[in-house]
Amino acid sequence: MRYIEPHGHMVSRTTDDYLAMVTAGCQAVCEPAFWAGFDRSSANGFYDYFCQLTEHEPKRAAKFGLPHYSWLCINPKESEDIKLADDVLALIPEFIDKPNVLGIGEIGLNKNSRNELIVLEKHIQIAAESDQLILVHTPHLEDKYKGTRLIMDALKNDSRIKPERCIIDHVEEHTIGMVLEEGFWAGMTLYPESKCSPSRAIDMLERFGTERIWMNSACDWGISRPLAVPHTAFEMKQRGHTADWIDKVTFQNPITFMSQCPKFKIKP
Amino acid sequence: MNTMTRQQVLDMYFMDARHKLIDLAAFLDRVDRSEGEDDFRIQAFREAMQHLGSGDTDRAAKVLMTFSDPTTEPIPAATTKAACGAWPGADNG
Repeated sequence: MRYIEPHGHMVSRTTDDYLAMVTAGCQAVCEPAFWAGFDRSSANGFYDYFCQLTEHEPKRAAKFGLPHYSWLCINPKESEDIKLADDVLALIPEFIDKPNVLGIGEIGLNKNSRNELIVLEKHIQIAAESDQLILVHTPHLEDKYKGTRLIMDALKNDSRIKPERCIIDHVEEHTIGMVLEEGFWAGMTLYPESKCSPSRAIDMLERFGTERIWMNSACDWGISRPLAVPHTAFEMKQRGHTADWIDKVTFQNPITFMSQCPKFKIKP
Repeated sequence: MNTMTRQQVLDMYFMDARHKLIDLAAFLDRVDRSEGEDDFRIQAFREAMQHLGSGDTDRAAKVLMTFSDPTTEPIPAATTKAACGAWPGADNG
């Protein structure tokens, strides 16, 4: 099979994972900026991280023949400090035109606080001004439903934002319908302990269809599986889905969305 | 778009679901054997279980909604980064 990993935090993974991914058929990996598992002490930490995402990690991936793309932001877990967020946002223009940067992400909310929402709106402003794609992180567990609604409202409040240029990630059964109904793309994250299992993701595809939807592993420093997408593709095959159906979800759909950025070079 | 008959679904997923159901039953037994009071998490859990045997459709979404914060206004400030799996309620959030 062939597939794209549209959301993987490869800075937290080993070269063994790169080897396993390309062996399984991965054609490209896309890496949103995220929380490192600890709070950075200043914007300098983000400067180094943005260098890692735009210069060093693409070189590491290239050793395995894997094109690497990235997204830039300050993640919502570190957005409670508005001053820090402003300092990080000021760094983005220096990096946004790097050849592997696809847009702004993963922005969104974590605990649905006022400051998180203010920083989200500032990110949306940057994306709107420079016509960037947007990749959205939705909150975890009990905060997801409320956060997803607040995020969609913030996006819809800016008339310059086109829903078809935004993907709202980590959807589950209680949020996928409203995301798709509003015209956004939906991402399903395949995690062993939270978010979505392979069988539930396939259930949602069978119920909601395969338009404007992708799957990702969001593999990171926590409990996560870099091969979650090909493993789910295997379960699709076990259920009797055709190779074309599987290819659309795991390969063609990520290309359709990310090709809206001309820097994304993978072709169907 | 379903590709499998009910028999095929059962053949593929029954053992896994049976395993999870017994794990769930054992968890509830463990909670009941332990000393102390229920908290909002297990209260939400017991409420969510009502959906399992109800004959409802869209059970997964209803279970998720049982654990979800239903309010619409941003909270004043984030005092933690973590989610705990169930909404503690307006007075406890």
